[in-house]
Amino acid sequence: MNFMASKQPENSLLGPEADSQRTLYPNVTGTSVVALKYKDGILMAADMGGSYGSTLRYKNVERMKAIGKHSLLGASGEISDFQEILRYLDDLILYDNMWDDGNSLGPKEVHNYLTRLMYNRRNKFNPLWNSLVLGGIKNGEKYLGTVSMIGVNFEDDHVATGFGNHLARPILRQEWHENLSFEDGVRLLEKCMRVLLYRDRSAINKLQIAKITEEGMTISQPYSLKTYWEFSAFENPTQGAVGSW
Amino acid sequence: MTKQQANWSPYDNNGGSCVAIAGADYCVIAADTRMSTGYNILTREYSKICKLADKCVMASSGFQADVKALQKQLAARHLIYQHQHNKQMSCPAMAQLLSNTLYYKRFFPYYSFNVLGGLDNEGKGCVFTYDAVGSYEKVGYSSQGSGSTLITPFLDNQLKSPSPLLLPVQDAVTPLVEAEAIDLIKTVFASASERDIYTGDKLEIVVVNADGIRREYMELRKD
Repeated sequence: MNFMASKQPENSLLGPEADSQRTLYPNVTGTSVVALKYKDGILMAADMGGSYGSTLRYKNVERMKAIGKHSLLGASGEISDFQEILRYLDDLILYDNMWDDGNSLGPKEVHNYLTRLMYNRRNKFNPLWNSLVLGGIKNGEKYLGTVSMIGVNFEDDHVATGFGNHLARPILRQEWHENLSFEDGVRLLEKCMRVLLYRDRSAINKLQIAKITEEGMTISQPYSLKTYWEFSAFENPTQGAVGSW
Repeated sequence: MTKQQANWSPYDNNGGSCVAIAGADYCVIAADTRMSTGYNILTREYSKICKLADKCVMASSGFQADVKALQKQLAARHLIYQHQHNKQMSCPAMAQLLSNTLYYKRFFPYYSFNVLGGLDNEGKGCVFTYDAVGSYEKVGYSSQGSGSTLITPFLDNQLKSPSPLLLPVQDAVTPLVEAEAIDLIKTVFASASERDIYTGDKLEIVVVNADGIRREYMELRKD
C-alpha cells in the first residue's frame, strides 16, 4: 500500500486530476483596505504589510495604486494576484490612451471591468484571491465601489475589505456624513485604522492614505499611528495573580 | 501527505426578499435593498430590481454576482431581439428567455431566485416565478428569497388564489386595485423584516401599468 498517495476528500470541488494550476489558497496576503467619499473625492487607507501566513514577511508593500487619470485601486488578499490585476489594468489603460480621442476610462468603467474579471476567473474555478476597492472621481461625480474574489460587487459611500467590514464599517456608518472635509476624512480613516491595528492580528503600524480628487491622485508617505498601551491592567499584569511569576 | 484542497466556494448568499403581485391592469414588483454576506451587511442600498423591457421587470435575490451576470445576459439578448424584430420583448417572451438562460447553466447554476413581473400582450398583469435552474410557471403572485417562507403564506391567505388544478382554468390575477396591492406589499415586507435578518433597510416598489413604470420607496428596519 502506498502511504504517500494523495487522495481527495469527498467534498473537493476539483476534478479528478491533480490540478496544481488553480489557486487553492493565498500565500502572501495584505489585510484590510478602508475607503470613504469626502467633499473633494475619495480617501483610501491601507497598511503596508505583506504577511506570509502568520509571518510578517514584507513591510513595504504598496497596496494602493492609481489607475489612469481618474481612479484609485486598493487591494487586500494575495499580493501576486494584485500585481497581475495591475498588469491587466495597465493594458486596459494603455489601449484607452491609444485611442487618443479625448475620452478616458472613469472609475465606473474600471470597476465594471474588474467585476467582470473577478467573476470570470471565479467561473473557471481559478479565482484572483483579492478583495478590491475602486474609488475615483470624474467630471465632479464621485464613485466608490468594491469587488470580492467571487465577483460580488457594489458601490457605497464607504467600503472596506476583510476585517475592515467588521471593525471599520460600523464606525463609518455612525460617523460618516456627506461633504466631509479632508481633515475630517483623514481623522475618520485613522480612527478606523487604529481599531484595526489594535484588533487585527495581521495589521501593522505602517500605513499610507491615498486621496484622489479631480486634480489627480496623491499618496502619503508611510507613517504610523499613535497608540496607547498604558492601561493600568496591562502594566503589571501578573501582580497579585496567584501562581504566576 | 494529502494535497491541500480548495477551501473556497464559488457561491455566496447575499440575501434579501422579492415579491410580485399581478392585477387586472397593473403589476407590482418589490424587493428590499439590503445586501449581506454571512452575518454582515455589505450595503443598505442595493437594488435587486432590473427593468428588462418596457413592460417587463425582474426582481432577483441570491448570489449577487450571478444575479448581475444574469441581468446583463438578458439585457444583451433583449437588445439583439429588438434589432431583429424591431419591437420590445413581451413579458411572456422574456419569461421563456429567462427560463432558457437559467437552464443553460443547469450544471453550474446561476444562484439566482427570480420573480418576473409585467404586463402581457393584452395589458393584463402577469407574474412568473422561477427556481435557480429555470423551472417556471405563470402565477398571480409570488415571493422568492430569504423572506419567502415568511411572506408566501401571508400572501396565500390574503390573495386567495384559485388552484391551478381547477377546470375551467381560472385567472390567478388578484381583483385588488393597485393601491391595495401596494399596501399589502408594504405590510408583507414590514413583517418579514421583523423575523428575517437578511431582509430590511429599505423597500423598493416598482409598478408597471398602462402609463409606464414608476418607482416607490419605503424605509424598513435597519437591524
